[in-house]
Amino acid sequence: MTTKTLNASAAGLGFLPAVFAIVLGLGVVTLTGHVQAAALHDAAHDVRHATGFPCH
Amino acid sequence: MYTRILTSALFAGAAAGLIAALLQLVFVQPVLLHAELYESGELVHFGGTPVSAHPELPGFDLMRDSLSIVFTMLTYTGYTLVMVALMSMAEGRGAAINARTGLIWGIAGFIAFHLAPGFTLAPEVPGVAAADVGDRQVWWTATVATAGAAMWLIAYGGNKISYLIAVALLMAPHLIGAPEPDSFSGPVPTEIGALFAARAFGVGLAAWALVGTFAGYFWQTEGERAEASA
Repeated sequence: MTTKTLNASAAGLGFLPAVFAIVLGLGVVTLTGHVQAAALHDAAHDVRHATGFPCH
Repeated sequence: MYTRILTSALFAGAAAGLIAALLQLVFVQPVLLHAELYESGELVHFGGTPVSAHPELPGFDLMRDSLSIVFTMLTYTGYTLVMVALMSMAEGRGAAINARTGLIWGIAGFIAFHLAPGFTLAPEVPGVAAADVGDRQVWWTATVATAGAAMWLIAYGGNKISYLIAVALLMAPHLIGAPEPDSFSGPVPTEIGALFAARAFGVGLAAWALVGTFAGYFWQTEGERAEASA
């Protein structure tokens, strides 16, 4: 494994996994922080307040 | 690359999230429970008789606090996924990513996700008057996005115009203003509200510093491991 191939994989192939991880991460944060469904809201209530999400 | 991003993010998110959850339970939860006594009307201030500032608070609630721990770990794992993905992109552009530089990433994450939205939409103690939650979520999301973009420009823009755009992006949501309630009706003493906001920011900063440090550390070590086995 040379530096050159490492850079190529980081710059080229690295793009798609990064986008996938960002979408996944934002999806998780939306679920825990924003979705207003009653069960989710009640379970995450204290965390939403403590983490500075808009709540209620 | 998928494995490296996911593994680093899960390790870092779980570790930082667990510590964040414990810090929240110790430092934020008692203030929140205190506020709820006023929210429910059990305590009323500005009445005829002074109210003790040190009421008996419920202790550890297994169900409620376990859920808080799970959701804090989930939330910070979500944040870490985004951060590690951005780290991988930055490394592709030649940035050094490790535990030391990760600390700066963590502070930037705190600014984007806590300080920037909280600067105008202060962390809310239960019971405060607030505008429609949907409107506030739109403003919150837009503010996080503009602050995140601004810090990426400051770090990697590399010219004067990108700094100017960054300053404009950082200030715009606060100049425009967040959705505010029509009138104030919060029953909670201002002292509790202020302490809550301060604690939320303090624990947030500590948690994000850990998110960045752990993310940088695991990203680097997972990379070395992949390289060694390749």
